[in-house]
Amino acid sequence: MRNILHIWYEEFKLLIHSEGLVIFALIVPFIYPVLYAFVYNNETAREVPMAVVDECHSSDSREFCRLVDATAEVSILYYTDLAQAQELMRREEVYAVMRIPSDFSKSLYRGDQTYIGLYSDMRCMLYYKAALLAASNVSLKMNGDIKIERHLHGSTDRQEEILRMPVTNSYVPLYNPQGGFASFLIPAVMMLIIQQLLCLSLGTSIGTWRERNRGIGVPLDDQCFRNPLSVVVGKTLLYLPIFLLVAVYMYSAVTSWFDLPRLADYGTFLQFMLPYVLACIFMGLTASAMVFRSEDAMLLFVFMSVPLLFISGMSWPVAAVPDFWRYVSYLFPSTFGMHGYARLQGMGAGMSEVTFEYQGLWIQCAIYFLTSCLIYRREIKKINIHK
Amino acid sequence: MLKICLREIQTYLRRPMFLFCLLVAPLVCVFFFTTLMWEGLPTDLPAAVVDEDDTQVSRTFIRTMDAMEQTDIVAHFHNFTDAREAMMRGEIYAIFHIPEGMTEDAVSGRQPHVALYTNETYFVPSALLMKDMRMAAEILGISITRESLAGRGLTNDRVMGIVQPIVIEKHALGNPYLNYSVYLCNIILPGILFLLTMLLTCYVIGEEWKMGRQRQTYQMMGYSQTSVLIAKTLPITVIYSLIILFIDVWLYKYLEFPCKSGLLPMLVYGVMGVMASQGLAIFVFGLFLGQMRFSMSICSLWGVLSFSLSGFTFPVSAMHPVLQYACNLFPLRHYYLIYCNQALNGYSIAYVWVHVVALLCFMLLPFVVMKRYRKGFLLIKYKP
Repeated sequence: MRNILHIWYEEFKLLIHSEGLVIFALIVPFIYPVLYAFVYNNETAREVPMAVVDECHSSDSREFCRLVDATAEVSILYYTDLAQAQELMRREEVYAVMRIPSDFSKSLYRGDQTYIGLYSDMRCMLYYKAALLAASNVSLKMNGDIKIERHLHGSTDRQEEILRMPVTNSYVPLYNPQGGFASFLIPAVMMLIIQQLLCLSLGTSIGTWRERNRGIGVPLDDQCFRNPLSVVVGKTLLYLPIFLLVAVYMYSAVTSWFDLPRLADYGTFLQFMLPYVLACIFMGLTASAMVFRSEDAMLLFVFMSVPLLFISGMSWPVAAVPDFWRYVSYLFPSTFGMHGYARLQGMGAGMSEVTFEYQGLWIQCAIYFLTSCLIYRREIKKINIHK
Repeated sequence: MLKICLREIQTYLRRPMFLFCLLVAPLVCVFFFTTLMWEGLPTDLPAAVVDEDDTQVSRTFIRTMDAMEQTDIVAHFHNFTDAREAMMRGEIYAIFHIPEGMTEDAVSGRQPHVALYTNETYFVPSALLMKDMRMAAEILGISITRESLAGRGLTNDRVMGIVQPIVIEKHALGNPYLNYSVYLCNIILPGILFLLTMLLTCYVIGEEWKMGRQRQTYQMMGYSQTSVLIAKTLPITVIYSLIILFIDVWLYKYLEFPCKSGLLPMLVYGVMGVMASQGLAIFVFGLFLGQMRFSMSICSLWGVLSFSLSGFTFPVSAMHPVLQYACNLFPLRHYYLIYCNQALNGYSIAYVWVHVVALLCFMLLPFVVMKRYRKGFLLIKYKP
């Protein structure tokens, strides 16, 4: 026990005196989530600039344009001809062009189908989504009106309404009604930050020890660092409280500053966070075996964030992740952490709905705990060879 | 200078960490992202129905929906609570709810109501399912009117002119199949490479201080900061230019992603992006001379943020006005705009010349701090 406390204290001294470690463990966790929430706070693309090529010039085509312009998704900036519209696209002044054919009105009166061309720049999916949503919503509305007013007159208002929509439908986006980017991405990013910063901190810490002790990850002349179990426990006891605190900060402060949902109670949240932070610590201890100098940690771990976000199935759907990569993703606590946390925070799930993730995290804890003990056992053995 | 370059390459060969960052990591990322998104557009996303009606009409309708490209009906539930719990467990992304008596109401003109629910915690799948399910719901309404109109003896063309007079023809320019792999890999892969470039550049320069030989190297190069910096960073430039070549050939030739500008311009801008990132890294290190860890932290922050601030997932125009200016400080942002103009849309480079100039400016940034480097080489020691 005294050994553990001593190791805790040594690690703590290292943490306080090393600028890099202070940055990773104490400063970045508090700044990063805020920065991300700030970037995505507007949630979605509104008023995407659009140009209209109206070759019909009729009251029908003008009505269509007015309705499109009135949607939240799109804002019509120019009415122009085709060549000019193309030029506007090239100059990045508009990201979508809508072309109304010259026989638009005529076709409608004749009772034929007419085709409106919607051309969208594919630089960003949100632009395409916005333009398409606006145009198709307006076309649905106008189609309903045309059907009633020109073709199938009802005798009462109610009958007209039924003719317009024989079956009504409603669309309910659950858990994130505004369809926002922040509400979807921030929970995942917050979990990823915890894992990545733990890997960086633990990697930098072992790197520093190795620099000081001729390539060995524990102090050479300190008799307390002789039991791998106490080294692992000592380090865990230092980082666990810090990062649990970071998690609580993310869950309380960041969500309330940026109006993100917070549906689980603190008990459930902490019950889930405990194995997550532990699994991250043990994985960090295991992965840090590859770090031989303190700065190497950054080269090895930072770029991993992007693939980890994608492999988890948060942005790219799990159903579309190839089996091979799905099994690889189970190696990382972040996969379980992101899914579990997103459901607890944003969907009001209870522990019973995150059982799979919860169990997965405890299994990872067990496995990575063993591997990290083995790694420190090897380090400690090296001391004897050294002597 | 050759001597320093050779010394660098020897270090790379001796330490597996360099091998990992220079070759293994970028190549694994290329392989990972392109195989992960091999399908292009996700298909057969799991959804569920709650069919309280359970008639032949509702079952036909469910089959129609199941047949849609992006929807895969994996479960039938008898009540909504069960379905909602399955959604919370993450088994399904959407629920289609058909109430009891839907068919009866529709046939007798009582306007029944169907509802679809998507799990918006998962952005991409819910957007795709929403599109499919809305279409299915519209088709349901249209088909009922069509049946009754066809009963009056109207031809199919006439019927369609009544039920759907205005049709939206969508043209996704440059990426007609909405291939997410085209959309994302084109920026993510260079982004990762630029991030690694910045980190490695800081690392190799910082190593001089870490090993305490900065003065000696400076002396060897005849007290010229420029030559030392070039000698230290040129091997990275060369190796990463080859990686860029590999990425471009892999994406545009092997996977046949749209590249209207041809391979060569993209190659040139890719290499410019690498050099711009190096310029930025040298500049950052020049500001915090000797503080290798701190400047690497700044570079990490910059590199990771550039994925968000380049605006390829979430458009810059929707960000806070401060960020709309700040995004210009990231080389990836300029690379992204050049890519859209060149490879994706095939326009003239004249429209984005500003961004080419911006990349050039990043490359020239080291000269701003060149004087500081002199002081650094002579006086400043490594600070951990």
